[in-house]
Amino acid sequence: MEKNLGKIVGVNGNLLTIEFDKPVVQNEVAYAILDGFRLKSEVIRIRGNRAEAQVFENTRGLQIGGVVEFTGTLLSVELGPGLLTQVYDGLQNPLPQLAEKCGFFLQRGTYPRALDAEKKWDYTPVAEVGDTLKAADTVGTVPEGIFTHRIMVPFGLAGKLTVEEVVDAGSYTVDQIVAKLKDVSGNTVEVTMTQNWPVKIPIKAYDERLKTEEPLVTNVRIMDTFFPIARGGTYCIPGPFGAGKTVLQQITSRHADVDIVIIAACGERAGEVVETLREFPELRDPRTGRSLMERTLIICNTSSMPVAAREASVYTAVTIAEYYRQMGLDVLLLADSTSRWAQALRELSGRLEEIPGEEAFPAYLESVIASFYERGGVVRLNDGSTGSVTIGGTVSPAGGNFEEPVTQSTLKVVGAFEGLSRARSDARRYPAIDPLESWSKYPSVVGEEDLEVGRRMLRQGNEVGQMMKVVGEEGTSMDDFVVYLKSEYLDAVYLQQDAYHEVDGATSADRQQYVFGKITNILRTKMNFKEKAAARTFFQNLTQATKDWNRMVVNSDEYKQSVKQIKQMLVEVSVHE
Amino acid sequence: MNKVYHRIEKIAGNVITIKADLVKYGELAVVSSGFGTSLANVIRLEHDNVSLQVFTGSRGIATDAKVRFLGNPMQTAFSESLLGRIFNGIGIPRDKGPAIKDNMTDIGGPSVNPAKRIIPRNMVRTGIPMIDVFNTLVESQKLPIFSVAGEPYNELLARIALQAEVDVIILGGMGLKHDDYLYFRDTLEEYGALSRSVMFVHTAADPTVECLMVPDVCLAVAEKFALKNKRALVLLTDMTNFADAMKEIAITMEQIPSNRGYPGDLYSQLASRYEKAVDFDGNGSITILAVTTMPGDDVTHPVPDNTGYITEGQFYLRNARIEPFGSLSRLKQLVNGTTREDHRQIMNTMIQLYANYKETLEKQSMGFRMSDWDSKLLKYGGRFENELMDLSVNIPLEQALDLCWTILADCFEPAEAGLPTKLIDRFWPSKG
Ligand SMILES: Nc1ncnc2c1ncn2[C@@H]1O[C@H](COP(=O)(O)OP(=O)(O)OP(=O)(O)O)[C@@H](O)[C@H]1O
Ligand SMILES: [Mg+2]
Repeated sequence: MEKNLGKIVGVNGNLLTIEFDKPVVQNEVAYAILDGFRLKSEVIRIRGNRAEAQVFENTRGLQIGGVVEFTGTLLSVELGPGLLTQVYDGLQNPLPQLAEKCGFFLQRGTYPRALDAEKKWDYTPVAEVGDTLKAADTVGTVPEGIFTHRIMVPFGLAGKLTVEEVVDAGSYTVDQIVAKLKDVSGNTVEVTMTQNWPVKIPIKAYDERLKTEEPLVTNVRIMDTFFPIARGGTYCIPGPFGAGKTVLQQITSRHADVDIVIIAACGERAGEVVETLREFPELRDPRTGRSLMERTLIICNTSSMPVAAREASVYTAVTIAEYYRQMGLDVLLLADSTSRWAQALRELSGRLEEIPGEEAFPAYLESVIASFYERGGVVRLNDGSTGSVTIGGTVSPAGGNFEEPVTQSTLKVVGAFEGLSRARSDARRYPAIDPLESWSKYPSVVGEEDLEVGRRMLRQGNEVGQMMKVVGEEGTSMDDFVVYLKSEYLDAVYLQQDAYHEVDGATSADRQQYVFGKITNILRTKMNFKEKAAARTFFQNLTQATKDWNRMVVNSDEYKQSVKQIKQMLVEVSVHE
Repeated sequence: MNKVYHRIEKIAGNVITIKADLVKYGELAVVSSGFGTSLANVIRLEHDNVSLQVFTGSRGIATDAKVRFLGNPMQTAFSESLLGRIFNGIGIPRDKGPAIKDNMTDIGGPSVNPAKRIIPRNMVRTGIPMIDVFNTLVESQKLPIFSVAGEPYNELLARIALQAEVDVIILGGMGLKHDDYLYFRDTLEEYGALSRSVMFVHTAADPTVECLMVPDVCLAVAEKFALKNKRALVLLTDMTNFADAMKEIAITMEQIPSNRGYPGDLYSQLASRYEKAVDFDGNGSITILAVTTMPGDDVTHPVPDNTGYITEGQFYLRNARIEPFGSLSRLKQLVNGTTREDHRQIMNTMIQLYANYKETLEKQSMGFRMSDWDSKLLKYGGRFENELMDLSVNIPLEQALDLCWTILADCFEPAEAGLPTKLIDRFWPSKG
């Protein structure tokens, strides 16, 4: 086929203006040719015989008159076995392979293939000759680590397809044909283990979308109990720099009760990805006993990597998440930070000289954010099983002020808001989720009645605390003072959690229910103290004992001992009416 | 081959536009006019219109000035002979030495592949207890010093540079006061460190565009040293001037500002510099310390704010001391587990007690009654500030840890400090 070529007539940062004569498709991929290298770009605006394309690389050295090759295909990812454990950049270039080729530095115009073409997979056919299939039905399976990876009828195919040929069970590469199908017009479709899918279009080859109602346990107490997230739901973590967004995402990526975790490191520090990269292979997944890396995939487009690819990276990540969802798996996508992606949109919008909205973000920011989070959800697949994509994104608001476009647009669409506060992180009260500002629309792992006791205590305690700043301890009544101490106690032993402690670092739903029950009992207990100093000492000791208890393995001897000890401590101060 | 162009179509701010063809994006050119010559680089191509930013500014440029394209982007020389030398922002000697043209390499090169990075693991000792004990600096870390004008941040930079165990010091001055420039030069000289230093200095009197080149030139040179197995320490002062220079160009180019006049890509621009900090596996490293002055002492100002989102912690310099609160080394836990067994615990305990001291101070100022415990805290806080926070204190980590124990023992009973019994048994100094 003859190539569709264009000519560069303008270069402004990473934005090219290209003159063309043959038809060009909006959002198609085009390559700018430079000294034999091909720089990948995406067409983003067409006017007359001019196309504007954002280049995913540094544009240094490009010239007027330079050649651009249009491909006719939209920006896509390759889907198939072997994605898990990989580390890709935002355009799905495998970074380890790139390193093998180019050494320490990234080299523009180098795009190794996303999947290994040599590797053989143990294929088991599922569909038989004569079967009638439709898009996303399973043709066969291969084991990918701990998962059964479904090889599916390409998602883009329409109508009914008849299976004409299948291969025997055996070992095949991703490019070998495993089945031939005939579509309604009689065309033959060859199925291999891979298919491409354009990243900006959601995969919709499923039966129906279901309601999100089941909690997704993260093992972080303040989240699961107070501000829960749900399987197939969405949530955001806004917070000023250093408040603990990334650490919270890292904890979640380890402990969340899902099958697969996709980490999209979007415009943040490379060093943070390296920690995951180097540590996960060594860490055991308590659910499977296998290395955590086996259920993890990293899309890594860190802050010094090309900005346009940063925008693509969240779409690459969510498309791969949807792909695994199609296999009946629960996938959690963690994006850090969505603000960097929004900033990439802003940079581009500025170059396109679009009319800016608030803080120069483009006017369509809100709808772009909304349609991204809409890709989360629980679905019933063709075979009746369910799969889900849960999306959690951090937000990095300028100046730590939540009244800014990205935070506000995100809050409108997500189901839970885990807002981090500077005051709490300064006080080293980790995780620094603000218990008074945050909210969630999803069901908690504990009962509503207990939850209300906890919430009320936090609110009242805060009020007393504020008042005490003015009138001092001397001017505060004993009853108020005890309310204050109780709220501080709840904060210290339940909201705060030592992320780096082996036991305290992850609290199961069962344990949360049990512990929270005990604690709300304490909060409900009417107590009597002679003086404030005695009350303070009592709560200091109780806090110490409860924190120790948090560090003990469930149902160990010392654990049971602790339960008794705490009960005993309480008896000594409670008032019986 | 290098055609010379004569017709300048437009002059605005530091940017000139000419008609020319076969020009490469990012390419460098020499602009000569009656008032002298200057380098310029291509920042926009539009048909045959080429926009260039002129390093020395557009003042004095005539419409018939000569523009000669060089065919390559901005480059810097690299060789051992850079050591001991002082240049301006674009690599022209400021001292009386000869120009250096060895191994010219492009500045602003590609970033390191994340898959090739390793987890940092070496502590950089500075002799400053507020750093070594409480906010340990780690090789390959990128860390800003947040402060307001008037604080001794340059003195602090110079001290760290002199005492840090590194092989090469690269100082980048941006909008530096001439006196400060001389201070750095003389101090490095006096302590015999000039011979392992390279300085690229843009002073407040120099053209703005040259300021923009300083971080890239410094980091390109640092990268070369690091790849020759050297531990390079890059000192940048002051990054707020760098950001302001970017703002100026952006406004000239009629870009839509995002926040207080700064361009929308401020974050990406700063990040692409700071992310050059790296520890090359089996090779050298780059550590970056950068002064960021906060206009109006406002940490939410776009420059410190964006910086905080990029760097691995920050030192707050206030009242000539590194503040215990707000200051943070995000990499400290990677190294302080193996320094001395009491390090982590002492670090936390001392800071918690200092926080209690601050609360007591507040109570005192409100006129509330002081308890016994409060008096102990007051004594403790005073000693902490004088003996540990004062920037003139200069002792190795181990001695600083010992001093912490001494202060604790002088102010408190062992049980009051809230330290694990195991450590108290080993380290608590016996009275008398
Ligand atoms: N749960 C936690 N437990 C203990 N320390 C924490 C916790 N969360 C955060 N920290 C401390 O705070 C530091 C900064 O946290 P983190 O990197 O997650 O911040 P962030 O909100 O992602 O900041 P940025 O926006 O700059 O990326 C960490 O290096 C760690 O020292
Ligand atoms: Mg972060």
